[in-house]
Amino acid sequence: MSGTFVGMPAFPEAARDAVRDTTLRGNLRHATHTIRAKRAKAVAEVTDWAELREAGKRIKDHTLRHLDRYLEQLEESVTAAGGTVHWAADAGEANRIVARLVKETGESEVVKVKSMATQEIGLNEALEAEGIRAYETDLAELIVQLGEDRPSHILVPAIHRNRGEIREIFAREMGEWGRPAPEGLTDTPAELAEAARLHLREKFLRAKVGISGANFMVADTGTLVVVESEGNGRMCLTLPETLISVVGIEKIVPTWRDLEVFLQTLPRSSTAERMNPYTSTWTGTTQEDGPRTFHLVLLDNGRTDTLADEVGRQALRCIRCSACLNVCPVYERAGGHAYGSVYPGPIGAILSPQLRGTGSAVDASLPYASSLCGACYEVCPVAIDIPEVLVHLRERVVEGGPVTRAGNKVVLQPAKGHAAERAAMRAARWAFTRPGALRAGQRLASRTRRLHPRTLPGPGRAWSGTRDLPPVPAEPFRDWWKRTQGGKGGAA
Amino acid sequence: MRVALFLTCVNDTLYPDTGRAVVRLLTRLGVDVDFPMAQTCCGQAHYNTGYRHEAEPLARHFAEVFRDYEAIVTPSGSCGAMVRELYPRMGERARAEGRGDTLAATLAPVVPKTYELTEFLVDVLGVTDVGAYYPHKVTYHPTCHGLRGLGLGERPLRLLRAVQGLELAELPGAEECCGFGGTFALKNSDVSAAMGADKVRNAESTGAGVLCAADNSCLMHIGGTMTRLRTGMRPVHIAEILASTEEEPAV
Repeated sequence: MSGTFVGMPAFPEAARDAVRDTTLRGNLRHATHTIRAKRAKAVAEVTDWAELREAGKRIKDHTLRHLDRYLEQLEESVTAAGGTVHWAADAGEANRIVARLVKETGESEVVKVKSMATQEIGLNEALEAEGIRAYETDLAELIVQLGEDRPSHILVPAIHRNRGEIREIFAREMGEWGRPAPEGLTDTPAELAEAARLHLREKFLRAKVGISGANFMVADTGTLVVVESEGNGRMCLTLPETLISVVGIEKIVPTWRDLEVFLQTLPRSSTAERMNPYTSTWTGTTQEDGPRTFHLVLLDNGRTDTLADEVGRQALRCIRCSACLNVCPVYERAGGHAYGSVYPGPIGAILSPQLRGTGSAVDASLPYASSLCGACYEVCPVAIDIPEVLVHLRERVVEGGPVTRAGNKVVLQPAKGHAAERAAMRAARWAFTRPGALRAGQRLASRTRRLHPRTLPGPGRAWSGTRDLPPVPAEPFRDWWKRTQGGKGGAA
Repeated sequence: MRVALFLTCVNDTLYPDTGRAVVRLLTRLGVDVDFPMAQTCCGQAHYNTGYRHEAEPLARHFAEVFRDYEAIVTPSGSCGAMVRELYPRMGERARAEGRGDTLAATLAPVVPKTYELTEFLVDVLGVTDVGAYYPHKVTYHPTCHGLRGLGLGERPLRLLRAVQGLELAELPGAEECCGFGGTFALKNSDVSAAMGADKVRNAESTGAGVLCAADNSCLMHIGGTMTRLRTGMRPVHIAEILASTEEEPAV
């Protein structure tokens, strides 16, 4: 994934700063609550939402089960329609392929459609190292790029910025990248949008190479689909002479008709629109219309490894709608950057540790970045049981065990740093399988209750730093029951 | 009907008043309730922290202790969801690991007869007016595993609306998690505390003196936040409200 996230601290440390940043908390609270309410309304309008959700889940599961077959079918269809298909096992290979293809055109700049796959592989940085400049054209991605920032949301990567901050970034940075922002730019949405429009327009008209991802790839026709709100994506998909699309292999649907389901569930889940304003589809190349040359780079980068895990593979159903981010109480307070990945929020917490492995501090901490409240599963339009996968990945962290990495079966060792917790869990299991031991412990706690401190030392401060401890009662329930036979005999 | 109270380890150790309230309430409604002394813990904390294999002996122990009862009632949405949702999953995982059907078969009998308290009252006993009296302004927080795991829906609210003297105040952002989340409260204490503080501020805004829920684990976190923030509000388990009568009011 993007080099800019390398060396991130574990989630709790990164989240601590975000929790204390009142501006950020305010921006996120306002933005997520607004879209959350709109989504709920847009979904409630659809009488067969539950059926659509189930259909989306089944189409994705079917496709993933037969992914080998559908990928070959897609390659044949795209090739027959005049495109060229390339296969990339990982980020490095994908970046090398794209850089080579751009160089072969003789160009040194490209315009980009908003794309998670190219963010995931750090394409912009890789192209920069090869002397090729990539211009983001999605408004929010433009804000992130101009601000030398990192994305913090899948759909709205600049969600952590407010209008005042965006005005300042435009006024300061646009001139460095092309047409400067108009004099006296204010922070009204119309003026900011106009500044971006003028800045981007000259790039669209000049560009010879466009780079995109895709929301869907239709195996039987070889058609790629991009859905968007701004129309800037369509500019990039139609004006350049060469189009290069980098797409994760899980984005396949078998037939054109399957789009019927997702073109209903995706816009309502993501932007809370009944239908997204721009749906662009293209099948290979067409004479005298649009790009003359089309390349499709199919990206694995940890996806077949994820597919090998029978609990974790459901994460590959994701259609990147962001509904889970917008309802997540942890995301709302920790912000997107704390997840150390272009995939933040609940879906990121199960995608990143699978695509990248659990080796780094941040990836090993992500499965714990959830209270397991289940709001994400409830809104997911393809029914990914995110809490189930989180718990599964916690098990992988603390117990280790067999996983697939780069196509090879390996056995992970239990992660370091969980020794005390593991010992406590074992001790608790020992006591809880012996009612006598539990009872002895309860009695000890009750007898010494006046000696218990109000705040705890060491790791206990994680609780008592912000919350009082409950008082220990004079006797546990079981002693009362034994003494009174449930209130029937003796003094209650 | 042979009804067992599965009180949960947290309630047994820290909240015996909730246990006494459940016994009083069910006895008043004519239910002969037993407390099997061999009961301990359902294994939820182990399972949700990633120690599924440590949770398995606890689940087996639970199934043995409660096997012969016709109904198992628990005043905890999350422990109820552990048995109903996650015990079947534990059985499936053991099967997928090539360990046969033994675990699934052992756990299966207790799954369908485990009820969270408000489910048992409304669905099994068919009552919503339990004859309670509680003259306080109360706001209700639906805990996540009860709300989204078990699907308790309106049941707790229907029970509360039938309580004499009780004024029910709607909680803004009711369906948002309070931030407890078991070991989440310790592993991500800053985010957990921020969620708890927001929950408490919303509760305060209702003007109620009592925040009620059907799970003492969440109430431990919310209540600990309330006293630390010196709100003057207090957390009360729904069982204690439903057990309260004019003759024998809750403290």
